[in-house]
Amino acid sequence: MGTFLASRVMTDIFGGLATGAVVALIALSLVIIWQSTHVLNFAQGAMGMFATFVGMNLVFHGLNYWLCLLLSVVTGMVLGGVTERVLIRPLYGKPEINPIVVMIGFLGVIEAVIASIWTTNITMLPSPFSQIYYQSAGHTILVSPFIFYEVALVAIVVIAIALLFRRTNLGLQMRAAALAPEVSRLLGVRVGRLLTLGWILSTGVGTLAAVVVSTGQVLAPTNMDGIFVSAFIAAAVGGLESPLGAIIAGLAIGLTEQFILDFWSTSIAPLSGVIVLVIGLSLRPQGLFTKHVSRRV
Amino acid sequence: MIRVENLSVSYGAVAALRDVTFEAPTGKITTVIGANGAGKTTLLRTISGLVKPRQGSIRLGEFELIGTATEEIARRGVGHVPEGRGVIEELTVEENLRLGALASKVDLAEGIARQFAQFPALESRRRNYAATLSGGERQMLAMARALIARPSVLLLDEPSLGLAPQVTADMMRTISELCASEDLTVILVEQNAKSALRIAHDAVVLHLGRVAAFGTAAEIAADESLRRYYLGVVT
Repeated sequence: MGTFLASRVMTDIFGGLATGAVVALIALSLVIIWQSTHVLNFAQGAMGMFATFVGMNLVFHGLNYWLCLLLSVVTGMVLGGVTERVLIRPLYGKPEINPIVVMIGFLGVIEAVIASIWTTNITMLPSPFSQIYYQSAGHTILVSPFIFYEVALVAIVVIAIALLFRRTNLGLQMRAAALAPEVSRLLGVRVGRLLTLGWILSTGVGTLAAVVVSTGQVLAPTNMDGIFVSAFIAAAVGGLESPLGAIIAGLAIGLTEQFILDFWSTSIAPLSGVIVLVIGLSLRPQGLFTKHVSRRV
Repeated sequence: MIRVENLSVSYGAVAALRDVTFEAPTGKITTVIGANGAGKTTLLRTISGLVKPRQGSIRLGEFELIGTATEEIARRGVGHVPEGRGVIEELTVEENLRLGALASKVDLAEGIARQFAQFPALESRRRNYAATLSGGERQMLAMARALIARPSVLLLDEPSLGLAPQVTADMMRTISELCASEDLTVILVEQNAKSALRIAHDAVVLHLGRVAAFGTAAEIAADESLRRYYLGVVT
């Protein structure tokens, strides 16, 4: 059993799933914001990192890891709500490119602000669980308690978000507010509040992802930049409206990257997202998990 | 009852409504008719708070609607079926109905059952996406979604648009029955003046944003000059 789990293929699968889980979590945060406001938030990663800096820095001052995590997520949620109210709300009804441009600009601003505030932090963020791989019969299995935590966290968040959007009245109102804001208002839905709530939820999930990405690493404003590109591709391949699609595409990107790393070339591995994008959109241009809706012509 | 007084609306320099005054009584259908560009849709959108007027007053009973947010107007019992029906295609029939009920205090299951009883064709399509419905079914869904919250006022914008004559006749009959059974104040905007006048109690004729005539539907229908110049009704 130990030999099998430590085999080259299984090692790649474990490694790929670990990377893919984080990609999936960030992709999920993009899907939430798309489902609830129809905006693509290119500053999601940077916003998550800002909140991570605010909360997780306190770990270095002796505060409990989980309290810091909670503080980070709350900070992220507040930042998301404020961003929607101040930067995004004036842009509703304007060309769709406007919020994209604003958020790309905001990304640069946030990274600069982080770098100017936390100039001396070069300490590695400790992990709440061991990151040492399990051993079995003398073989190393590329799974650690931290990876279990990472995957469990993604699973819990995914199930919670899917239930919210698909099974609750609040989720239904959030989807309707994004799809047809004027009609929703005519039905008494308080659209403004729901749009803000969408951003709050999304940045909360994005911050969770940023904390996971940064764990075991030096805290840096750009920690999320590379993985955000993969997450964006995962969200697009999944269909932007499907939490499940984002998760599966995220895991596919993680696995593709791991197998390319192992069997092909380290220099090609960063292109794994592009490979999944090309294959996914070739199969279903509208996204792998977008429900096909026939329309009358 | 809805009372509109001296209502004026402009889109930039273009006046869409000028000094419009009329009253839509409870339990009656008031139809608003007129040619394209007369201001009919603007009137309904202003009542719902989607368009801000330059001046005037719109009262629901004693409550002033001008300055009230659209969602709060809906929560006060004003149902609006917009032009083009406004069904959300990406949601199922049942989800569209649920959405209509959420802002009100009605029991969801009871409300949905009541609408399926009123519009039986929708029940078999309850899990289908609204995008797959026919024009008539969409109109039924839009009406059911507005009615599920048990509004006191129902604003209908061109419900016959794109429907076959028989479907239009059925729709008009349903509106008439609902008005009587639910004691609704109905404001019905229609280009199909003949059908609208047949079921309405009162009628407002709009011409270039002004009230060209206001009276009972029977009076308006009988006025030869109104029919010829404003309504395009020949027979």
